Amino acid sequence: MNLAGVAWKELSHRRSSLVSGLVAITLGIAVIVGVRSVTVASEHAVAVKLDSLGANVLVLPQGATVDDYHTADIDAPTFPEEYVERMVTSALLGVENISPKLTRRLKVEGTPLVLTGILPDSEVASKPTWQLEGLEGATVEHVCSGKLGAHADPRLQRKVIDVLGEDECILGYEAAHRLNKREGDTIEVEGVTLTVNTVLSATGTVDDDRLFMHLHAMQEMLGIGAQVSAIEVMGCCEQISEGLLSKLRNVLPDTRVTGIAQIVSTQIETNRLMDKISWGILVIVLLVGGLSIGNYMWGNVTQRRREIGILRMLGARRARIIGLLLAKAIVLGIVGGLLGYALGTLVVTIMGPDTLGLQVRALPGWLGGSVLLAVTVAVLGSLLPAWLASRFDPSANMQEI
Amino acid sequence: MLLTTENLGKRYERRGVAVDALRAVDLEIEERAFVAVTGPSGSGKTTLLLTLAGLLKPTAGRIRFRDKQLEGFSDAQWASFRHANLGFVMQNFSLVPYLSARENVTLPLAIAGSKGAAQKKRATELLERVGLGDRASHLPRELSAGQQQRVAIARALANEPALVLADEPTGNLDPALATDVLDLLRSLNEESGTAILMVTHSPEAARAGTHRVHIEDGLVVDASLQPA
Ligand SMILES: Nc1ncnc2c1ncn2[C@@H]1O[C@H](COP(=O)(O)OP(=O)(O)O)[C@@H](O)[C@H]1O
Ligand SMILES: [Mg+2]
Repeated sequence: MNLAGVAWKELSHRRSSLVSGLVAITLGIAVIVGVRSVTVASEHAVAVKLDSLGANVLVLPQGATVDDYHTADIDAPTFPEEYVERMVTSALLGVENISPKLTRRLKVEGTPLVLTGILPDSEVASKPTWQLEGLEGATVEHVCSGKLGAHADPRLQRKVIDVLGEDECILGYEAAHRLNKREGDTIEVEGVTLTVNTVLSATGTVDDDRLFMHLHAMQEMLGIGAQVSAIEVMGCCEQISEGLLSKLRNVLPDTRVTGIAQIVSTQIETNRLMDKISWGILVIVLLVGGLSIGNYMWGNVTQRRREIGILRMLGARRARIIGLLLAKAIVLGIVGGLLGYALGTLVVTIMGPDTLGLQVRALPGWLGGSVLLAVTVAVLGSLLPAWLASRFDPSANMQEI
Repeated sequence: MLLTTENLGKRYERRGVAVDALRAVDLEIEERAFVAVTGPSGSGKTTLLLTLAGLLKPTAGRIRFRDKQLEGFSDAQWASFRHANLGFVMQNFSLVPYLSARENVTLPLAIAGSKGAAQKKRATELLERVGLGDRASHLPRELSAGQQQRVAIARALANEPALVLADEPTGNLDPALATDVLDLLRSLNEESGTAILMVTHSPEAARAGTHRVHIEDGLVVDASLQPA
């Protein structure tokens, strides 16, 4: 046995009083971990949204929202494909690439999928995430930094699929998996037989669940005439800031023209706020957690006055007493950090989808940080009580007659 | 000479009132002696003991241990001194409540940071020596008063001290147990040659000592220190 052993015995002897020592630190760490997890999940969600848009200007029917576009219900509003011609003929500066799209949610061979009609040479070309690399939350910063540096972004270097026949389709990774199809297989969609031209690699975006087919074949198949759900436009950043959006609005009546920055800006704002909040919480945890641990330790050392006196009598130096008490603080910190991490992670992963509409994942990288933070707070909070305890008069409890 | 005091004085000052608990104590303790200090309650016995251990600072006089002058020691020096040379048996047993008998005996070794296996062996030996070999894993509250005091004695011997300071070691025990504890102290003194300074208000207990000193009101009134 050494002094750490003594600290451990004391802790397990007074297990119930541990609870009061741990509440603040555990809750504090739980809140930090929870907020961090939500922030990371939310940033990830922004990244996914950005990448799923694949363009930096989106033209939607009047009254439609981006979410309508993504859910792609059967009766989601549409507008004439002819608008593409208008955009081309009005020769707006800064319009780089125009991709009309039609999306519908349908059952294909019993599997629910999102069907997306595209025009191959344009649409396919503007999809950045069709490249092999996965998506990273870090790119959000870049895209949203106000520059919208579409051309500078290496992910936008294009991988053109020029040819997509009217009887062909492209399957997202998940869709192919669920349909159990490979390249060259055929699929029956609403009575039309399509050959799988390509299976895309996983992107982590909604594209994974999609079946892409030729826009005109899809319009014919659904019998809805020359209508589209959206037009995605690659615009140059300078022109976007110089009013490309309002010029587009003039050319295209009855539409909603939005830039990506606008679409995700609220969420980005929220993320920034969360970021700030988590720093604020960090400070509060440091203060409240430290004070509460300090308070608990003070109660503990006054209760242990006698025993501290015995140790001093047996020849323990003051530094040893401080060490004994800090060893206890370290154990408290480790336990509080682990519990806090588990609690925070559990709460947000279980409640995230329902209350925030976010799929929140655990951040294993934060486990170590949580423990470290909790230990630091516990030790800092215990310094003063430990120091005072080391200066207790050892003779005081030996003079009882 | 193991321990010598010269003119040792201790004055307590509390709320402006000064109490001279030790006035001018001259004391000599030989190696291997068993000195019994008697005196009525309030005569300064506990104060003397705590002062000799550096747990109270004397306000006058000198303390010499073998060839070391102790009175100017720093807190850390006193701690090492106690750890190296002294053992303690107090009236109220002073065991740590959440440590087993063996762990309590191990404490002085734990403070020194010795190895676990060696600690355990030594603690078991000592507990056997005080007749508690079968109670090693019991907590203090699971032991009787006499047994607790014997654990305290075993602990006082753990670091092989040259001097054991005992403050009313039988004060909380009924007469039969008191005799047991005194016999134990006496046999330890005889067998291992550990010097003992025992303070007690009880003349019967004092009979266990090989030498006697009587103090009253902070003064040694019978300084003969003759072997009993
Ligand atoms: N901490 C203290 N502060 C003030 N006076 C004290 C203190 N401790 C003891 N005294 C006084 O010193 C005298 C000697 O006390 P003590 O050494 O405990 O005597 P004994 O152990 O012989 O009963 C008593 O008068 C007591 O009231
Ligand atoms: Mg006393």
